[in-house]
Amino acid sequence: MIRIPCPHCGPRNSSEFRYAGEGRPRPDVRNTTPPEWRGYLYERQNAAGWVRENWYHTAGCRRFFAIERDTVSNEVRTVDR
Amino acid sequence: MTPRAKPARYSAGNLFRRGLTGSGWPRSWREHDLKSSYDVVVIGAGVHGLACAYYLAANHDITNVAVLDKGYLGGGGSGRNTAILRSNYLTPEGVTFYDRSVKLYENLATELNFNVMFEQRGHLTLAHNDGSLRTMRWRAEVNKLQGVDSEVIGPDEIKRLVPYLDVSSEARYPILGALHHPPGGTIRHDAVNWGYARAVDALGAQIHQHTEVTGVDVEEGRVAGVTTSRGHVAAPVVVNCTAGWSSLVSALAGVALPITTHPLQAAVTEPVKTFLRTVVVSGTLHVYVSQTDRGELVFGASVDPYPSYSMRGSLEFTEELAGHVLELMPGIAKLRLLRQWAGLCDMTPDYSPIMGATPVDGFLLDVGWGTYGFKAGPVAGEAMAEMVATGKTPEIIAAFDLARFADGRLVGEKGAAAVGH
Repeated sequence: MIRIPCPHCGPRNSSEFRYAGEGRPRPDVRNTTPPEWRGYLYERQNAAGWVRENWYHTAGCRRFFAIERDTVSNEVRTVDR
Repeated sequence: MTPRAKPARYSAGNLFRRGLTGSGWPRSWREHDLKSSYDVVVIGAGVHGLACAYYLAANHDITNVAVLDKGYLGGGGSGRNTAILRSNYLTPEGVTFYDRSVKLYENLATELNFNVMFEQRGHLTLAHNDGSLRTMRWRAEVNKLQGVDSEVIGPDEIKRLVPYLDVSSEARYPILGALHHPPGGTIRHDAVNWGYARAVDALGAQIHQHTEVTGVDVEEGRVAGVTTSRGHVAAPVVVNCTAGWSSLVSALAGVALPITTHPLQAAVTEPVKTFLRTVVVSGTLHVYVSQTDRGELVFGASVDPYPSYSMRGSLEFTEELAGHVLELMPGIAKLRLLRQWAGLCDMTPDYSPIMGATPVDGFLLDVGWGTYGFKAGPVAGEAMAEMVATGKTPEIIAAFDLARFADGRLVGEKGAAAVGH
């Protein structure tokens, strides 16, 4: 099992967490076209290698946070916030 | 075009004759030098890519085709699935599509002259609560309207079909009923891959293993060819059949996909005497079980809870799987696991595939198969071949186009997922 470094609770088993998606900026509501919104809603990088992503600590502090993970080896590291 | 080869016919008579004369069997498929251009390049030598090349040659006489794979033939999902076939889906689009696939599988052994060991032993999807039972009834009605044999049955009937199942009300998740689907069953997945590969080679198309596509050339919105680890290949049509790796290959052509790649783990036990004929699936317990002809029990589960390209098995999977299987069949507690493995599933938001055209002309998709890929191999190949040959989207895959996400026409198939994902 991979261990997720929760910035509030420390490293815990991934079963305590919920994966909350790729970390990417939300488009600006004031000037975004429908196709851009669709892209934001559905399209994913789905990269193989180091990615920045969000996790939610369901069985702990119940807070969202970002980490970096290598999607090929499942190695995990913290990010500067 | 590679000249057609006359493959040795597999038959009892030929087996006897070759046994007597001591002459061996010719290779099932050959190695080729990579040419500088083809009419069609298919990326991915799994069941989808090979079926596409096969139907291009068999139905449309297009044989100047290269099937490229970065690994070995059938080494991805096509060789890692749990080899279960069924067509008891939830949406009319899905039922029609997978029913066609089962029909093609039924004749595949004869068509390819290769024993694919398709055994229609029946498929049971258990319902442990009222919600699932309602979905089963819904699926049964949709199936029957499409001419597919599915029926909701009660615990007594289930016990008769699978005597070793715990159908008592004492179980933690009591079995209330099941969707029984007699045409469903199991098949030997490697034989399907090899059978298609042998036929593809015999019809004159080329299979190139260990040939990784590292770039897709796009000129003025049209695909022009691919760059591979063995050199450049020009082609006016490129078909992406790469399942778990489909986002990465599509990104080479600049096409973004609504796909995330999740590993799906499976495991197999030591062989025991045959006691389980039917394929048993429980969505609530996240498990499906079937027994092979060798007597091993094959277990599959839900996809891992976060996306990954890692194909390593994990201990939490084994623990959870064992717990759930024993909940269903307490009698097999002493059985030992032989091995476990993982395959990559390209999950889409609506659990339906993505097939057909992209914003890049000539770059076609046959992806997004999630956990349903293997059972769709023949029909997907047939439809993609028709699309390449005619340039039009066949009716049977019209609902599965990439544009549906932009247009809000999703085909929600999650209710028919074997287990909750």
